[in-house]
Amino acid sequence: MVWTETVVELGGLALARGGRALAADLDLKAQGGDAVVLVGPNGSGKTSLLRVLAGLAEPASGDLRVAVAGADADTPRSALVHLAGHQDGLKAALTVRQNLIFWQSYYGDEDGLPVEDALARLGVGHVMDLPAAVLSQGQKRRVALARLLVAPRPVWLLDEPTAALDVASTERFISLVEDHRRKGGIVIAATHMPLGLADLITLDLASFPPDGADGLSAPMDEESYWLAEAKS
Amino acid sequence: MAQPFRSLIARDVRLAIRVGGGALVGTLFFLAVIGTVPFGIGPDLNLLSRIGPAIMWIAALLATLIGLERLFQSDKDDGALDLLRLTDAPVSVFVIAKVIAHWLGASLPLVIATPLLSLLLALEPRAILALTATLAVGTPALSFLGAVGAALAVTLRRGALLMAVIILPFSIPVLIFGVAATRAAIVEPDPFWPPFALLVATSLIYAVVGTLGAAATIKINDG
Repeated sequence: MVWTETVVELGGLALARGGRALAADLDLKAQGGDAVVLVGPNGSGKTSLLRVLAGLAEPASGDLRVAVAGADADTPRSALVHLAGHQDGLKAALTVRQNLIFWQSYYGDEDGLPVEDALARLGVGHVMDLPAAVLSQGQKRRVALARLLVAPRPVWLLDEPTAALDVASTERFISLVEDHRRKGGIVIAATHMPLGLADLITLDLASFPPDGADGLSAPMDEESYWLAEAKS
Repeated sequence: MAQPFRSLIARDVRLAIRVGGGALVGTLFFLAVIGTVPFGIGPDLNLLSRIGPAIMWIAALLATLIGLERLFQSDKDDGALDLLRLTDAPVSVFVIAKVIAHWLGASLPLVIATPLLSLLLALEPRAILALTATLAVGTPALSFLGAVGAALAVTLRRGALLMAVIILPFSIPVLIFGVAATRAAIVEPDPFWPPFALLVATSLIYAVVGTLGAAATIKINDG
């Protein structure tokens, strides 16, 4: 599976969570082959931005475009992206194989890597027939990342993807990410750890502070938040 | 769209009928209630067969509610809820798939067990037939209605009680029409079809309203 004209564009995007502004005026233009790393302190909106990009949440304002050649104009961005978040989305009662086969058929399996191959690429082929409940944290994470391979999608949104992975698994995963970029895909990762990717675009959310516009309040520390609550 | 729909139903039914899945708990609760009522009521067979349909319906209602709280919660807990939304289908499509799977795993066993358990409540063949038919068409209404409560319970820890309080008032019409239609099979002059048709109508209305309500709740809660 090779993609062309993959695009992720943000234009003046503002993020808010729970009525509180997190970041404003975010601009980004990523094309096929690009890797974007989101950095910023805790609570700066990295995960919120990934959820907005995935179509799970709406931005407070601004424009957002996720597109790839061959997709209809009205294809929602949720059908073009993979999200690998903090939670692995595995059912403890099902085996690893059953878990992945489900995601493969749920996401549409036309061009996906067979489940066995995907697990082998991440070095967890040997746990295929074990229930997900007995896996270690790192194994679960690797099985969750195998989901990105069984149902190919052009944009990968990764939230701390290498947390819980050992050095060898991290290297394996980085090579899969580079593979994905060579095929014309885009990778957007929020991370605190250097991933060792080449030619990164870095988006530092701390440098896009909200200006308090759009009726949303600027971030405040907890004490002043409760003071404001008490007054209202 | 059909393929993801089918695979989600298959996965949820498989999870429900495992040990520790929701299906067995609800069915056992149903068995326990129906099994103990005759001992509580005593040996008055006429009384038993008169109130039998109502007891079966109430037991089915509560048995349905038991497992419903986890309908979306289990997917929320392991992060699968977000991943399930990453398709080109609207949220309501996966809500329908999950409700159908819940009905197949939790309510269908109740419907199948009903003819057998009706014997414990001294019901006549006509009443058994009517009761099974009303449960078969009425329990989907409870599942769809419960989906709204389950969607609300996603963000509330220990939301089960709240869910029951929200759901129960809306389940009253289902209960009334279901029991009315069954009673018609026992007490001769009462007509069977009008309350039965209203029960079917209630199911259809709740299928639409419940799906849209649950989908909207998930989008707001989880956004």
